[in-house]
Amino acid sequence: MPVPIGHILVISLLLFMIGVIGVVTRRNAIIILMSVELMMNAANLNFIAFSRQLNNLGGQVFSVFTIAIAAGEVAVGLVVVLALYNNSDTVYVDEIHIMKG
Amino acid sequence: MAASTVIFYVLSALALLCGVMVIWSRHALYSAVYLVLSFLCLAGLYVLLTAEFVAAVQVLVYAGGIVVLFLFLIMLVNLKDALTGRRLRVHAVVSGAIGAAVMAQILYVYSRGEIRAAAAAAPALAGEGNLQAVGKALYTDYVLPFEIASVLLLVAMIGAIVLARQKA
Repeated sequence: MPVPIGHILVISLLLFMIGVIGVVTRRNAIIILMSVELMMNAANLNFIAFSRQLNNLGGQVFSVFTIAIAAGEVAVGLVVVLALYNNSDTVYVDEIHIMKG
Repeated sequence: MAASTVIFYVLSALALLCGVMVIWSRHALYSAVYLVLSFLCLAGLYVLLTAEFVAAVQVLVYAGGIVVLFLFLIMLVNLKDALTGRRLRVHAVVSGAIGAAVMAQILYVYSRGEIRAAAAAAPALAGEGNLQAVGKALYTDYVLPFEIASVLLLVAMIGAIVLARQKA
């Protein structure tokens, strides 16, 4: 008997919540990016669970696209963090006030 | 209970545990290691959900590529060890509220039973390998998004190089 989709949704939901809590509570920009990755993985898990449930390959194809976009996002995001570190010597988001009026 | 079901729950518990450790660890390096573990557990889940191609891509791109990028950055950036554990504790309430709202939405949609009704009506997939089926779908029905994704990766690559070279 396959795992019911409700359980998979709850697992992915918990993973997403872990990501949200990481983004909101951590100060280190690198770990915030990691939490975003966790959230994207939770979305991927949903795609694949529904792909199996609805017998539709579209979910798997879209999770491949999600992974490709996540790779691009991480590359640019990490370079932004690096530029931030070069400019203001910190990766802690609460020490950066250059946008404050 | 079948063995694959037991493995599924064990892997998902491990993935969640490693996810918690990603945001709990004091040093970003430990977070990166737990992130690899979490991605690998998720790849196992994908295999059990009959998405072998996505599992392979997950291992190659996430566990192989993205985490190496993270490790490079952690090595490049000088982290102040003593401060890495400090968290914005006041925001924990906000994140809890967001999580509860999302959970309520998903549970509501699931409880309405539309998902199960749609599953009963869905046709079965053709009896070929997952890799073959995904490849065929990528190059026929989804060929335009596929090309757009490749352009997006090119843009991301150029953007990353430009941003990294800016400060010489």
